[in-house]
Amino acid sequence: MRNDFTKQVNIEMKKNKNIIFLTGDLGFNALESIRTNFPDRFINVGVAEANMIGIAAGLALTGKKVITYSIAPFITLRAYEQIRNDLCYQNLDVKVVGTGGGFNYSTHGLSHHSIEDLAIMSVLPNMEVFSPSYSWEAKESIRAMIKSKGPAYIRLGKNPALDYSKPDFKFVVGQGYIIKPGKDILLMITGNILDYGVTIANIIKEEVGLNICLVSMPSIKPIDEEWFLKVAKNMKMVATMEEHSLHGGLASKISMIFSQSGLNKKFLPFGIPDRFIKDVGNRDFLLKKSGLDPETVSKKIIQCLKNI
Amino acid sequence: MKKRLNDTEKTSCRIRSHVVDMSYRSKTAEIGSALCISDILTVLYFNILNINPKKPKDEKRDYFVLSKGHGAAALYATLAERGFFPTNKLEKYRVNDGIFHGHPSRGSAPGIEVSTGSLGHGLSIGTGIALTLKKENPKVRVFVLVGDGECNEGSIWEATMFASTHKLNNLVAVIDDNGFQGFGKTREIHKMNLEQKFKSFGWKVLKTDGHNHSQLKKTLTEARNQSKPTVVIAKTIAGKGIPHIEHTLLAHYYVVDEKTHKNHYAK
Repeated sequence: MRNDFTKQVNIEMKKNKNIIFLTGDLGFNALESIRTNFPDRFINVGVAEANMIGIAAGLALTGKKVITYSIAPFITLRAYEQIRNDLCYQNLDVKVVGTGGGFNYSTHGLSHHSIEDLAIMSVLPNMEVFSPSYSWEAKESIRAMIKSKGPAYIRLGKNPALDYSKPDFKFVVGQGYIIKPGKDILLMITGNILDYGVTIANIIKEEVGLNICLVSMPSIKPIDEEWFLKVAKNMKMVATMEEHSLHGGLASKISMIFSQSGLNKKFLPFGIPDRFIKDVGNRDFLLKKSGLDPETVSKKIIQCLKNI
Repeated sequence: MKKRLNDTEKTSCRIRSHVVDMSYRSKTAEIGSALCISDILTVLYFNILNINPKKPKDEKRDYFVLSKGHGAAALYATLAERGFFPTNKLEKYRVNDGIFHGHPSRGSAPGIEVSTGSLGHGLSIGTGIALTLKKENPKVRVFVLVGDGECNEGSIWEATMFASTHKLNNLVAVIDDNGFQGFGKTREIHKMNLEQKFKSFGWKVLKTDGHNHSQLKKTLTEARNQSKPTVVIAKTIAGKGIPHIEHTLLAHYYVVDEKTHKNHYAK
């Protein structure tokens, strides 16, 4: 997904000479083309995330559109106050890019896991939040983000093996995309854990013969409520799944829509439980430890269906 | 014998009086810092900054960022005196349905370039502004007023390093060196030698008395024309103008009472 990001940023920077790219000393094997193609508009600010966001604010105050880049927990947590006060409060045209969302930096350990970024970014007024699942969504999210004139956050993960895009997909901020049609259970997934959704849909079809409507949600904030209610209307139940804390991410946003709209459906949220996952292992291993492996999730959905 | 005041000194006195009024009216603190930067702001806005109150967004204007946002009362009073907005607007400081927060909020009134409040943000923002202007408008200068206690913040030194690397000679940091910070004396909390530190980070260092207008004028003019980023360390007196709080920690937390308000005007 990083390569999709780099490709799209190259396209956008070629089109718009007002875009400045700042990195907090990261981007090996990813950002080299941007550095080569736009040497005057690419700056390695050094290992100084707070300063990077402040500088970005200053550049935006002089009319620039700025992209800032680092590993997700570093840029969102270390520079949070700068993001809040300098970018969001002043509604400045700065894009915050966090790579390695969720457990992508698995064996690096907890300091590199990003399991709260969607929550803390989306709670900030003026901030748009994107969490693409695969190549097409990544490119489209970046396009949308660059088009907007305010602050935005995008969480990048890894590329899943499959390209889920369809010719009729048209990217609209706030809406999701039906990856697999179905009429029984709505399963909404954000981020590159979408791969698991396909497996879950297959298990459920095989075991109980029900069809999952698998929806990918690249927009975390805003979410188009009308669109969601239309998709959810005739489903037996709604489930969400995210490589993120159960608190403050997709599940929180959907449950808020539930409570405000009066939609009466069984709702099952899947996310990382409210504890630090200290186990050592690869991404799949950590997801399993968090109860997010396809088998566990399928079992819980089937169990829940029995009680409807 | 009373010293005869020149025009900018008289303006500083009026700015301090506004600050005293604003604290008295709103029953709010943080005026010690506003009083001690009043001379610096007066000289900047009346002698140094290339600005036009009638065109606050002029592309060729110099920028001013109040990184130590808690001195905001003095900034508002200075902007009003300089003609950015009428002085009666100052009545809307820290009151219900007001205009002005205790810390600057961009867009609340003309001339307020940047929102600040939490310490350690303004120098990075000023650095970003200077980065654009260095290429696009190299004659424009960016002045950032930083507190001495604020220099405890790591981000100040991140910005200092960056500005030096990128040769931002259009950036001037002015340190309000009043010797006090939130809960003690600055040099007791950290044994910081600001002059040495800035020099070691590749900055030009100038020093001045932060209340002497002719010295301020000379030093700030010199700071405009350097080949590298420049810091002006301005020695100031916390609570300047209210004798019983001068040089005290209390100055930061002091709320002007009726007696002090009356005495101030009696003088």
